[in-house]
Amino acid sequence: MHVNDADVLKAAKREMRVSDPTLVHIVIVGAGHAGGAVAAFLRQYGFAGPITLIGEEPIPPYQRPPLSKAWLKGEADAESLMLRPDSFYAENAIALRLDTRVERLDRGAKTVVLHGGEAISYDILILATGRRARRIPLPGIDLNGVLELRTAADADRLKAALSRPQSGPGKRLAVIGGGYIGLEAAASARALGAEAVVIEKEPRVLARVACEALSTFFQDYHRQHGVIFELGAGVEAIEGENGQAVGVRLTGGRLIEADAVLVGVGAVANDELAKDAGLECDNGILVDLAAQTADPAIYAIGDCSRRPLPHYERIGHLESVPNALEQAKQAAAHITGRAPPPHEVPWFWSDQYDLKLQIAGLPHDATQILIRGEPTAVQGAARFAVFHLTADNRVQAVEAINAAPEFMAGRQLITSRKPVAPDKLRDMSVSMKEVAA
Amino acid sequence: MAKIIYIDHAGTERPIEVKTGLTVMEGAIKHNVPGIDADCGGACACATCHVYVDPDWMDKVGSASAMEESMLDFAEGVQPNSRLSCQIKVTDALDGLKVTTPESQH
Ligand SMILES: Cc1cc2nc3c(=O)[nH]c(=O)nc-3n(C[C@H](O)[C@H](O)[C@H](O)COP(=O)(O)OP(=O)(O)OC[C@H]3O[C@@H](n4cnc5c(N)ncnc54)[C@H](O)[C@@H]3O)c2cc1C
Ligand code: FES
Repeated sequence: MHVNDADVLKAAKREMRVSDPTLVHIVIVGAGHAGGAVAAFLRQYGFAGPITLIGEEPIPPYQRPPLSKAWLKGEADAESLMLRPDSFYAENAIALRLDTRVERLDRGAKTVVLHGGEAISYDILILATGRRARRIPLPGIDLNGVLELRTAADADRLKAALSRPQSGPGKRLAVIGGGYIGLEAAASARALGAEAVVIEKEPRVLARVACEALSTFFQDYHRQHGVIFELGAGVEAIEGENGQAVGVRLTGGRLIEADAVLVGVGAVANDELAKDAGLECDNGILVDLAAQTADPAIYAIGDCSRRPLPHYERIGHLESVPNALEQAKQAAAHITGRAPPPHEVPWFWSDQYDLKLQIAGLPHDATQILIRGEPTAVQGAARFAVFHLTADNRVQAVEAINAAPEFMAGRQLITSRKPVAPDKLRDMSVSMKEVAA
Repeated sequence: MAKIIYIDHAGTERPIEVKTGLTVMEGAIKHNVPGIDADCGGACACATCHVYVDPDWMDKVGSASAMEESMLDFAEGVQPNSRLSCQIKVTDALDGLKVTTPESQH
């Protein structure tokens, strides 16, 4: 058998490196929220070896939530979007390679191969590649003015398409898909003085993620702000003139005119690197509670992963900043030999107009819905929470509108598994402190 | 610029020059000060930016909004001088402000 000297040498070096942690090279693929956070946590937890953070986008890690909210409305500047200042990476000896796409993962050689062919070797690899907007095969999908909203560049395009011209009428945005990002974009479009039409194939918005009462509430609230809804509406095509989108053709033939069309129909995991390298994936890279894959040298964190959900005895994927941060901590703690962080209840927030929505938990195994407060869409007075309870009155999830105590107490109750008294929970005059006691 | 002194649970002080107009939370995140997580990026939605304000500074930092109050009400380890650091804007008047981070943000 021919033994390659170089291989032997490489293996010996690797051995040596692993026994000296300052020589362990950690490579992070994807410089988004999770990738940026895990690099920072590794340094906070005392990891002193080299870190390389590789990202396809041209700018350092930034926050995506404002892209459909404050940023789109022009209420936040570019600097406030950034997760860390530019100087942070050099100061913390994090080699940042932007505008750089990883094309392939070679687990045998422990390298990632960049677009262009350069190979970078790793001792530990952290995949943080996120998700991308789902593309639907619609006629007209490639027209100018058909947009998606996932990156800062997408948000810039959307903002430009919506800004009111010096003279003449304001712009009109058609949103295909009534999910959170679509609704937030519609609200921001209204704030920019543009018209907004939301087209949803289900009979209500947020059909996959919220209960009916909440969907109805959001529809009413948006209507009061001038948003038009086309519910239970199929889309046949996006119509264009001279290569520019001019409207959305609904099933049945009606045309919804628009200057720009935002397609917001969900996201798919960027899990191809892992899948092609033989790691188990199912719309997300399978990991454990240390965010480790079946290959002990490889972790996957954030939107690209599929993970155990300890409170729900299931696996699933979560698309939220809190999840990206939790898994970044899990991986950083595991790599540096720290105690694992406590299990978080999954949670999420959204802002639309003056509404602050906070959601904790997942409605799995819930058999009853209990509403605390009145879900009426009255401007300035909306304050209520929807609780999802099991048959034995344990809280599985809470959706709170301008109702921070309900959200915070709900989160605690999801962890403690303590049954609640439905009569008390329903009664706004009984404080959440008392309900949770 | 105002100097904000971040003190961790073990008592280690980290004095940081923070640009006025930023929040006390942003000053910590931008300089990788451990102990402040800020999951929601300052939307007053998470309470993982909880700090204890040095009692001498309580008046100068002003009072919490109703929203912040109700988030704090349910945060772990709250004390009378608890605040959410994303709701404290850094001004020249806060030069020298001392805040201590709790044992964990959760
Ligand atoms: C408009 C919008 C609004 C949102 N609002 C909220 C909200 O209010 N609250 C909330 O909790 N969450 C919100 N989210 C979700 C949240 O932003 C994500 O959950 C979070 O960004 C996930 O972080 P991540 O690092 O896993 O993925 P991302 O932040 O998407 O980062 C992944 C990065 O990897 C890069 N990448 C992918 N493949 C490669 C490759 N092969 N080589 C190199 N680089 C690669 C991508 O370009 C990207 O920069 C929102 C998302 C969007 C888009
Ligand atoms: S950062 Fe979330 S409440 Fe302050």
